[in-house]
Amino acid sequence: MTGLELAEKIRAREVSSRETVEDLFERIERTQPKVHAYLSLDRDAALERAEDVDAALARGDSPGRLAGVPVAVKDNMCTVDFPTTCASRILENFRPPYDAHVVECLRREGAVLVGKTNLDEFAMGSSTENSAFGPTLNPWAADRIPGGSSGGSAAAVAADMAHLSLGSDTGGSIRQPAALCGVVGLKPTYGRVSRYGLVAFASSLDQIGPLAKDVRDAAFLLEAMAGHDPRDSTCENRPVEPYLEEAEKPLEALRIGVPKEFFGDGLDPEVEKHVREAIRVYEKLGATILDISLPHSDYGIAAYYIVAPCEASSNLARYDGAHYGFRCDNATDIVSMFSRTRAEGFGAEVQRRILLGTFSLSSGYYDAYYLKAMKVRRLIKRDFDEAFEKTDCIMCPTSPVPAFKLGERTANPLTMYLSDVYTISTNLAGIPGISIPCGFTDAGLPVGLQILANAFQEARLLRIARAYERETNWRRARRPAIL
Amino acid sequence: MALTKKDVEWVAHLSRLELPDATLEKMAEQLGEVLDYFDKLNELDTGDVSAMSHPGALKNVFREDEPRDSLPRDAALGNAPDRADGCFRVPRVIE
Repeated sequence: MTGLELAEKIRAREVSSRETVEDLFERIERTQPKVHAYLSLDRDAALERAEDVDAALARGDSPGRLAGVPVAVKDNMCTVDFPTTCASRILENFRPPYDAHVVECLRREGAVLVGKTNLDEFAMGSSTENSAFGPTLNPWAADRIPGGSSGGSAAAVAADMAHLSLGSDTGGSIRQPAALCGVVGLKPTYGRVSRYGLVAFASSLDQIGPLAKDVRDAAFLLEAMAGHDPRDSTCENRPVEPYLEEAEKPLEALRIGVPKEFFGDGLDPEVEKHVREAIRVYEKLGATILDISLPHSDYGIAAYYIVAPCEASSNLARYDGAHYGFRCDNATDIVSMFSRTRAEGFGAEVQRRILLGTFSLSSGYYDAYYLKAMKVRRLIKRDFDEAFEKTDCIMCPTSPVPAFKLGERTANPLTMYLSDVYTISTNLAGIPGISIPCGFTDAGLPVGLQILANAFQEARLLRIARAYERETNWRRARRPAIL
Repeated sequence: MALTKKDVEWVAHLSRLELPDATLEKMAEQLGEVLDYFDKLNELDTGDVSAMSHPGALKNVFREDEPRDSLPRDAALGNAPDRADGCFRVPRVIE
């Protein structure tokens, strides 16, 4: 059952939220030791919340659009009633004194917060192997990664351990795990959803978005969270369209751009096959397919892996053991307290990116690296601006490969960074992107189709994605091995 | 670009990361490889391209300078590793 289907049944009082949450926790008990999607869970609190919702409905109240629906939240978003660890030892016991804006939205709409999901430490990674508390496993194959950094959120939805989940996407961290776990994942336009309460990794790239079983659920969740928040000065004051309604409207005549650079070396042939088949479905629906070029695509990874670590080196400077989080033992002076706390509290990938960012911003290197990367960012944005003059959307694979094995890309950081090749330019440009399931490899691993649209065109993006979903039935085609 | 252990030591000092020698050596190797990869950006002529720091059009988002309640002291101290007299306590700052 999808989140929307459940919400309707709960509102109609055909099913109780309490029963739903009880069943869910039974399933979580069985699957959590195998999948490790969650870092924290609270069955009692969830049941209490579910009972409140059922009682409110019995009284004839309207407890919200998501009333009684179990939702999981990536552990880099602040929640007052759960720890918020960012999968790091440096925040292992941190309890935020406030809720993130998106968490407030979920609560206001009556959702039942089930727990916090696993991620790569501070959202830095593409496999969830960088979590300080152990990886999450792909529900489709226990020896494979779920993708990252929102691996826990993607796996939770794929394994029916939550009906809906929230993730964050800085270089592909919602879309790539969605593709690898066979679920829907949407990164909204930069500025569409408030980042207040999202632990900052790269402030000009980060966005929160939904991971869900289908496009309707993703639209539904986006509608509940999008909109102005004065506490995030990068959040635009723009009306929120009724995304669910917009997604169900008939598909307009479409011009789909297929960028040649996204179908070259390094793309797994089975992934290519399924993505091209998906694009053909649109052709049958009357869309015009146009070959386009995004000429600076090849430079996206380099630009991103300068810009993001630079911003991260600044954002992570606050973790110093002074006010919250881990503090090293026996510190004798303030500077060594900072330096030892951070060396002991941060994992290797986080340290690597802080060093990379600090180096790229340092005197003598700033122009060659950071400034250069910001200029290349402008060129990448222009490629999209030009492409959207003659197309309504762009389609390509989400990930160059299906889920790879644990340990396969951890020896060399660069090989892991190259996993992001098709998602990264979306964040640099600030445009929205969605990954939807479009098939399985012969080995039974999910494949994702990625669709991109211009800024603030989530309504169109969701409508395009929904049209494919109506024509195909990947959600019901198979069940993950873990279930 | 090749990085020496000394280069990494300097950057680690700027980043307030006290890393053991073995880590510094490993980082020098790995970061060197990543920096080599960044060289490809030099293939692009960006002479007359303006830097893009941010995707949005927003700038100078201000509010009225009206005082309002902020985080209560207890909440602010809630996760303090060490506290005294309503403040965060840390090792000596001034020699």
